[in-house]
Amino acid sequence: MPTLFGSGIKRREDPRLITGRATYTDDVKLPGLIYLAILRSPYAHAKLGKVDTKAAKAAPGVLAVYAGADITDRVVPVPCAWNVPNCNLKTPPHPLLAHQKVRYVGDGVAMVIAESRAAARDALDLIEVDYEPLKAVTDPERACQQGAPQLHADVPNNLAFTWVVAGGNADEAFAKAEAKVSLRIVQQRLLPTAMEPRAAVASYNAGTGQLTLWATSQNPHIHRFLCSVMLKIPEHRVRVIAPEVGGGFGSKIPCYADEVLACLASMDLGRPVKWTEDRSENYKATIHGRDHVEYVEMCGTRDGKITGLRTRVYAGLGGYASTAAPGVPTILHGLMYSGAYTIPNIHGTVHGVYTTATPVDAYRGAGRPEATYLIERLVDTLAREIGMDPVEVRRKNFIPKDAFPYTVATGLTYDSGNYHGTLDKALGMLDYGAFRAEQEKARQQGRYLGVGVSSYAEICGLGPSQVAGAVGFGGGLYDSAVVRVYPTGMVRVYIGTKPHGQGEETTFAQIVADEFGYPVESVEIVHGDTESTPQGWGTYGSRTTAVGGTAVKLAAQRVKEKAKKVAAHLLEANEADLEWKDDAWVVRGSPDKRKSFAEAALMANVAWNLPAGVEPGLEATAFFDPTNFVYPFGTHLCTVEVNPETGQVTVLRYIAVDDCGPPINPMIVEGQVHGGVIQGIGEALQEMAVYDAEGQLLTGTMMDYAVPKASQMPKIETAHTVTPSPVNPLGVKGVGETGTIASVAAVVNAVCDALAPLGIKHIDKPLTPARVWAAIQQAKGNGGGR
Amino acid sequence: MIPQTFDYVRARNVGDALKALAAKDGTKVIAGGHSLIPLLKFRLAQPARLVDIGHLDELRGVTEVRRGAKIGAATTYRDLLESKLLAERYPIIAEVTSGIGDLQVRNKGTIGGGLAHADPAADMPAVMLALDAQLVLRSKRGKRTVAAREFFQGAFSTAMAEDELLIAIALPPLPRGAGTAYVSFEQAASGYALAGAAAVVKRSRSTVAHCTLAMTGISDRPYLVRAAEQLVGTQGLPDAIEHVAAQAAAGVEVNGDIHAPADYRRHLAVVAARRALQKAFVRSKK
Repeated sequence: MPTLFGSGIKRREDPRLITGRATYTDDVKLPGLIYLAILRSPYAHAKLGKVDTKAAKAAPGVLAVYAGADITDRVVPVPCAWNVPNCNLKTPPHPLLAHQKVRYVGDGVAMVIAESRAAARDALDLIEVDYEPLKAVTDPERACQQGAPQLHADVPNNLAFTWVVAGGNADEAFAKAEAKVSLRIVQQRLLPTAMEPRAAVASYNAGTGQLTLWATSQNPHIHRFLCSVMLKIPEHRVRVIAPEVGGGFGSKIPCYADEVLACLASMDLGRPVKWTEDRSENYKATIHGRDHVEYVEMCGTRDGKITGLRTRVYAGLGGYASTAAPGVPTILHGLMYSGAYTIPNIHGTVHGVYTTATPVDAYRGAGRPEATYLIERLVDTLAREIGMDPVEVRRKNFIPKDAFPYTVATGLTYDSGNYHGTLDKALGMLDYGAFRAEQEKARQQGRYLGVGVSSYAEICGLGPSQVAGAVGFGGGLYDSAVVRVYPTGMVRVYIGTKPHGQGEETTFAQIVADEFGYPVESVEIVHGDTESTPQGWGTYGSRTTAVGGTAVKLAAQRVKEKAKKVAAHLLEANEADLEWKDDAWVVRGSPDKRKSFAEAALMANVAWNLPAGVEPGLEATAFFDPTNFVYPFGTHLCTVEVNPETGQVTVLRYIAVDDCGPPINPMIVEGQVHGGVIQGIGEALQEMAVYDAEGQLLTGTMMDYAVPKASQMPKIETAHTVTPSPVNPLGVKGVGETGTIASVAAVVNAVCDALAPLGIKHIDKPLTPARVWAAIQQAKGNGGGR
Repeated sequence: MIPQTFDYVRARNVGDALKALAAKDGTKVIAGGHSLIPLLKFRLAQPARLVDIGHLDELRGVTEVRRGAKIGAATTYRDLLESKLLAERYPIIAEVTSGIGDLQVRNKGTIGGGLAHADPAADMPAVMLALDAQLVLRSKRGKRTVAAREFFQGAFSTAMAEDELLIAIALPPLPRGAGTAYVSFEQAASGYALAGAAAVVKRSRSTVAHCTLAMTGISDRPYLVRAAEQLVGTQGLPDAIEHVAAQAAAGVEVNGDIHAPADYRRHLAVVAARRALQKAFVRSKK
């Protein structure tokens, strides 16, 4: 019987999604439902005076209006849950509604609860607020200079932390180096733009003391815990349900004030309360991503051996430290400075800086795209400096495949890899030599073709809980599954992770169905409700399959072990004499003596005839805590043509060769790569969140924030190599973020390669036509054509 | 994204709509809603009343008028694309319309709505200028016709009075054998023009006999480039076209924003103008 593992079956969740039969949070309707709207600061930075809610309270349909002062003493401020050690981290209180001060455009100032969504929205206009505007600063490098506007009283120079990573002796390496290159890199702010904005429905029952919160969450158990802390309700009386979640890209990991405000309102008013963001609110009030200003250097020998890497990074945090924010530019970024290479000497300094902008937190890739980008830009820059093919420099510095497990200078131990394998495969798909020849010919005709290489290794499958504790992550990082077999043999699997688009209802069912010799239809995956699922830590950091999937596998194996005992008993045979064949145990040598898994399941559930000492029922729970992270890797190649007249970049070919271990469902893997690559191309070519000098978000709607459209994107050619991870029994690594991690550098490297004949070394992303044109004008020496 | 409360009137006919507008009480006209509804949701527009004309058959459709055409103001972009008459006589209309929004937008959005909205970066206004369109306005006071070149008076500002309704667009015949072209550079997020150029070129034997060039996206309103006349009498060689295109934004106060600083937009205007003139020239019959 062919296994389902490795089969590209269609996603089982799609029919309901594409026929409008899925239930999202905003679809939840309860009797007596009332609506919450939040008044948000129009100023980036201001002293908050009187908040006059009288007129709003008197408006038709309005049930209650609150300002910050009304709730301050009742709730615990929004916590930061990743307290990275040894960096002097300062996380000043983040009130649910601002009091005394607002710190970004979108900071919540007051809330209205009304009988209808429209009445709540109308009443916002009736709240009068005295603001005393202060100076804004949204650039993280400028925000920590002397004299910059100060956001928090007890955080001098807005410096939230200074974190250092060091291995080897970078200063000595640079002092001795034959070749050195440096770049100033801006990794622009991005808006995550999940298709579904955030929403919450909170329902508190004063009779039972139970709070139920439906919310757009990637990690309902974490939200249960944080709600319990903030609202001071015992955790076992809080139930969080994340129904269908329409994408997150990290933006639905954090704990936000808004969902908790809905809970508070329901507790006060005794009715269920709904809050739903609209898109322009989402762009202001939901976390942003990236936002680094970086000074980076690489040194090496003239024959292409990289000997050192140094960085100084200013990472913007926005007005407050969001839930996981301190860990993103440090643990998930700085520890990856060795990339796919054996760089012996590394020194990185990361300054986390408060700015008068929306808080920044994990966005697809979270720290690793920034790391890969700076490393891969430096490798290309070094290659050009020493006159060597960038492919050769990479080859020369890759961690060799027989060196794994390999400990890099930052202290991480990579699990497995074959970096030359993905590079060679990608180069073969492109025919690199032929492209270089074509490029040369094109240059003679005044055309600008370029090829960009991006070889990456990334850290995911978060991760060992012991490491989580050591790096200040405020939770565990194991995950869980309950496999429950019904009398008819049908199976439900309750998982602690929370898929929200990644397809685990399909891939996890493939794992379980294989174990029992079932068709995939016999297995249902249940997730998102803390009432029915075991303690887990959610879906992010490409951890769901490597950690949660392994828990599923282990629980299924436990169930199968018990079923085997029952089968042996029914067959009056020793367990040792049973052989598993397709979907049943067969007594060795007596092929007609067989019991299927379903037959054993029935007997276990009715318990008429069980072996001595075996309990009735058939279910098992497994918690899996990995011993290490997993490290997917690959090489992406991008070829472009740049129009020198208009600055427009056309992607000619995009080739992604990734290795995430054995793919459970190759079609889903390909889909994840496609999505990730497109987000990365968006980052490379067109996406940027822009604030003006007053801290107003100029890209506050989709009319100005350029989310990639299908018509703007190239065809993506994918391929894989398979190098299993030794960290989990499935051998799998994550693939949800690899596309985003690899692609940004591939595209920018290609454009910089195309424009090399003009002497252009670097252009900051996004490489919009305007920026590319300006760089070309500058290179030609006519100062932008003015 | 919830608009301020407003009254809604579904007009039974044009007379009905004109009556509502005659009250001059801030009533706004809605047809496809693709310009107005976003403004309502942002509360940038807060009209007390909307009068809906989108369903009025008398305002929809393309009709033949001698050698020209008349387009009802509530004709959807999709209907424009499907009009054989327009495809034959004014292929530039299909060329520009196929780039407006997406299928859903084109199914609902109307040409009259877009023109009356007068977004300074919209594509269609430039085409209307290049074709010398005449916009037919009606009110209870009567009917008048305004040339497209007089109609657009600034960003989101037109020659229409508060009580007037745009009911049709009259297109005069193109010079026989003329070629037309619309070329634009799109803003990546909105799809609106960073710079757009609409050109009409007619050749007579070996020389250019007629040339109009209209620009959009460059400043606060679409405009005709007077220098286009300089192509007339020339052979339409690249140098002559370049000479005209170079003046595409001459003397114009050019917008600059996060998508295109003014110097880049000015440059794009020249490139768009040149490409549109070249295409129109090639498409014109010798």
